[in-house]
Amino acid sequence: MPASSLAVADVVAGYGSAPVLHGVSITARPATITAVLGANGAGKTTLLRTISGFVRTRSGQVRLDETSLTRLAPDHIARAGVAHVPEGQGVITELTVEENLKLGLLLRRRADRGAALEDAYRRFGILADRRRRHAATLSGGERQILVIARALLSAPRVLLLDEPSLGLAPKVVVQVMDLVRQLRDDSGLTVLLVEQNARSALSIADQGVVLNLGKVVATAPAGELAADVALRRHYLGF
Amino acid sequence: MQEFVEFTLGGVSDGVIYAAIGLSLVLIWRATRVLNYAQGGLAMFTSYIALIVINATGNYWLGFIVALAAGLIIGGVVERVVIRPAAGKPHLNTVIVTIGLLILVEGLAGIIYGSKNRSFPTPYSIVGAKIGSFDLGAGSSPSAIFTAISVLVAAGLLAVLFQYTSVGLRMRASAFSGTVAQLMGVRVGRMTTVGWALAGLIGALAGMLVTPQTFLYPNSMDSIFVLGFTAAVIGGLDSPVGAIVGGLILGVLLNYVTGYVGSNLPELAGLALLILVLMFRPSGLFASTATRQV
Repeated sequence: MPASSLAVADVVAGYGSAPVLHGVSITARPATITAVLGANGAGKTTLLRTISGFVRTRSGQVRLDETSLTRLAPDHIARAGVAHVPEGQGVITELTVEENLKLGLLLRRRADRGAALEDAYRRFGILADRRRRHAATLSGGERQILVIARALLSAPRVLLLDEPSLGLAPKVVVQVMDLVRQLRDDSGLTVLLVEQNARSALSIADQGVVLNLGKVVATAPAGELAADVALRRHYLGF
Repeated sequence: MQEFVEFTLGGVSDGVIYAAIGLSLVLIWRATRVLNYAQGGLAMFTSYIALIVINATGNYWLGFIVALAAGLIIGGVVERVVIRPAAGKPHLNTVIVTIGLLILVEGLAGIIYGSKNRSFPTPYSIVGAKIGSFDLGAGSSPSAIFTAISVLVAAGLLAVLFQYTSVGLRMRASAFSGTVAQLMGVRVGRMTTVGWALAGLIGALAGMLVTPQTFLYPNSMDSIFVLGFTAAVIGGLDSPVGAIVGGLILGVLLNYVTGYVGSNLPELAGLALLILVLMFRPSGLFASTATRQV
């Protein structure tokens, strides 16, 4: 399957009466990593939740290639090929590690499931060792790996990653970032990566977008953003 | 000794019925966090449907299958038509909706079938077994054995469904975390409907099994519902295994009370047990993550 693009155009969305996103436009081009950066409260998480259908789009459009995702139900958007890894949650603690992973396989063809699961265990040995345990027994970092592994098992066209490095040991962060990069290069995965840690996000991203108070204040190739000292100081704090 | 065996077997035979009602309440509770007060009433209604089929065809098993199918369909329809619109609203709304539904089905049954007690057939003899002169009581009859086996088979099939199938995984994920299930592309609403439909089926089974003892009339399932509810609460309301064990404990206990203390006391004993559990183990005997895995 050719790589997919995700386009957010003029989206206004939020909770309650006041919108959080005020006309945001972002395009994640096929087989690239787009880093979404900004301070707390900039609207990064709300942006991802709007794309995956948990926050209602008031106006504007969300498109996956030619398909409109605007105002579809979250499960429908997931089936269309958008996998969302929410921040610091998303593990079902009552299920075992393997059952959590199998949730990711529900969207795969039956014939592919066994091999995909074995592949995930090879990549994430820590999950293989704990496959029969309840997810409640995992540490925060292990849960984060489980959620990322589960999202990848669904063979998404677009991956939305919300703060994947939160709570992970630096070594594991490198491992996860390497994997994301590898999936982009080998499988043509399109990634929208939200990160507090702008420096590490820009190191693997192709493109960067800076959000501030619900508006896009800069869109540029990752290298340019990292080199823009004024912008970095003002919005990104490094 | 003979009495003890007789009371115990009778208790198990009654207990599996409470277990079945309790199990159906647990299925609904897990799917929607709703306590369905109409669950007994719906089982009464499917039993009427069965009786009509049995009287018309003379075939018990046809009536049995039609009742289970009706329970499945009615359970699913009830979820879609009256429960779904109340979802996301204050909890009291669904409570009142299910109580209203109970009044509706009992009223409908009265209008359609009349309010007189009707006898209800059993497929097998209700005469208990004897070993020499040792009478094992009604709890050892072929009918009681059929009752116990049906409920255990139904519970076993449900366990297999939940533990080993993709639909079961979807249902459990939807029950534990609707948000995560949606993220994984699960149609959570559909799983909720399936949960109610399965509960309707188990309820209909309980109705078929208990009605020969109670006779059939519009309120015939009311007291069974209360006992089934007690069984589910003893088990912790979201543990299927807990509901089964709770039903058996309750059945045996009530038979001991009836047999050794007095035949007027079992309802009181059931309520006393319910209150004790709610006071000292309000989350039930089985509501820990370890038993939730079923």
